[in-house]
Amino acid sequence: MCILIYAESEKGKLKKDCFELASYASLIAKTLELEVHAVCFNADNAEELSNYGVIKTYHYKNKNYLNFDATIYSDYISKIFNEKFRFLILSSSSNSRYLGGILSVKLNASYISNVISKIESKSSIKVVRNSFTNKAFETVEALEKNVILSVAKNSFEIIKEPVTVEIEEINFEMSGPINIVTSIEKSENKISISDADVVVSGGRGLKGPENWHLVEDLADVLGGATACSKPVSDLGWRPHSEHVGQTGKPVSSNLYVAIGISGAIQHLAGVNASKTKVVINTDPEAPFFKAADYGIVGDAFKVVPDLISKIKEFKSSNL
Amino acid sequence: MKILVCISHVPDTTSKINFCDNNKSFDSDGIQFIINPNDEFGLIRAIWFKEKTGATVDVINVGLNNTEQTLRKALAIGADKAIRINTIPKCSKVVAKSISKYLESNQYDLIIAGRESIDYNGGMVPGMISALSKINFVDKCTSLEITNDNVKAVREIEGGVENISTSLPLIISSQKGLVEEKDLRIPNMRGIMMARKKELIVIEDYGFKISSETVKFEKPLTKNKVTLIPSNNIDKLIELLNKEAKVI
Ligand SMILES: Cc1cc2nc3c(=O)[nH]c(=O)nc-3n(C[C@H](O)[C@H](O)[C@H](O)COP(=O)(O)OP(=O)(O)OC[C@H]3O[C@@H](n4cnc5c(N)ncnc54)[C@H](O)[C@@H]3O)c2cc1C
Repeated sequence: MCILIYAESEKGKLKKDCFELASYASLIAKTLELEVHAVCFNADNAEELSNYGVIKTYHYKNKNYLNFDATIYSDYISKIFNEKFRFLILSSSSNSRYLGGILSVKLNASYISNVISKIESKSSIKVVRNSFTNKAFETVEALEKNVILSVAKNSFEIIKEPVTVEIEEINFEMSGPINIVTSIEKSENKISISDADVVVSGGRGLKGPENWHLVEDLADVLGGATACSKPVSDLGWRPHSEHVGQTGKPVSSNLYVAIGISGAIQHLAGVNASKTKVVINTDPEAPFFKAADYGIVGDAFKVVPDLISKIKEFKSSNL
Repeated sequence: MKILVCISHVPDTTSKINFCDNNKSFDSDGIQFIINPNDEFGLIRAIWFKEKTGATVDVINVGLNNTEQTLRKALAIGADKAIRINTIPKCSKVVAKSISKYLESNQYDLIIAGRESIDYNGGMVPGMISALSKINFVDKCTSLEITNDNVKAVREIEGGVENISTSLPLIISSQKGLVEEKDLRIPNMRGIMMARKKELIVIEDYGFKISSETVKFEKPLTKNKVTLIPSNNIDKLIELLNKEAKVI
């Protein structure tokens, strides 16, 4: 019995969170006394997983099929899993979560999402997960023999553990996918909220879309993604894809900077999992200050330009 | 076109989250319940199809009779018929298996379920139904157009979207974008009166075994106090972010 991780690739390369997943799997493998294997599709650097404790990789390869398809991928993952696996570890990416529900049926597995803990004992499989949009932790026990865990983003460190890996290359076919991807729209030079270590977010306090250069420039110098509060996307100042919070995207970045956001309960619920929160707001009574690590009571239109130039200075003197 | 919308009955977004029953259950004392926001975006899109193309819209919930007020609200907004499967929704698999079982004897062209519920945040039910009932699935759908059997859907991915061409029957998971915030509806008096006369069918528990079980809930520790930095001392903030928080 082994642990299988689904190592996601994009444009022929493994994504960074694969290494986080492999490290997590290696961590629980010690308690469970199991080996860690991986499955990936079209990843030229598949052997890199061996740096993080993966001793065997099943590499499905066919350069004619570069698009993800949940039905077909889940079939190929099940084929491998059924042989000798008990655990499947997924990330929290869109594609992995897409597969999770489908695979929990195909593999007859208990499926637990948003996992933020290790497994403490091999006799009963219990993990802690985020629930109630970060307002509670839930300890859940898996009752079926097979188990799928989807690990919350940014919850575990990458740990190097070099081993020798065996790679098995397998051809795969995508016959007649029912969902045909006609096009992908993705801005190439922008970091997405879910992949970013730093997220800079703006609220209604910024007065209008014409002032968003403040958010964008700060995100730029910090190498982060831009986000916004719900009313900002409802007003059409920013696209819906930037709306974060309970009814928008969850954020669990290392650094979250909130500019002109009051910190309503629904907003906080979605961003509270971020490690360090900085708040810039004119109102010292804004509820966000209670949830923040660092706060500046001040006018964003003065503070943010100052902050941008000071960070630039800092970065250039620390090269 | 026949549409089924899965409705989860969840605490209002401003609710205080507390637990009871030895920290094993959510304490619903004094809590207002609402239609799960992700489901509501799907429901409103379904009603749009009803009004534009004459589709029928059924809503389904797996839960005890306390959820009927939420189903009635969906009827008041415009759904035609409600179904409640009388089961404690103890885990996502039980919910998905129950809905799939219902689908064995009831045919739909389009099934909509929210991307995730705002209480347990499982995000599992739609994918499970698709695999159980062998219905094609598009996750995290932010736009859906249907002409005859031809479906154009948009799926949200990291940093962008995927445009998908597919066909019915189909299950999608719904979220914001499918309709705009301004399209959401508050039930009016006429809707509420009509909802009372609409059919609400109760199906007895199918008796599915649970797949995972809550051991306990805990609340996060309260946070340390914020460190306030005067707005004329940005250098201090940078020093703290660098040396203390180690994030830049
Ligand atoms: C069902 C439901 C779901 C919701 N889900 C979400 C969600 O997912 N995400 C979300 O964000 N909201 C959500 N909301 C909305 C939420 O309740 C708040 O209304 C919203 O977060 C407020 O956005 P805001 O902070 O940008 O605006 P406001 O509350 O208007 O706050 C603006 C802030 O800017 C400050 N400000 C003004 N001028 C300046 C200046 N010059 N410099 C610095 N600061 C300034 C003000 O002091 C104020 O604190 C939801 C609400 C409901 C009912």
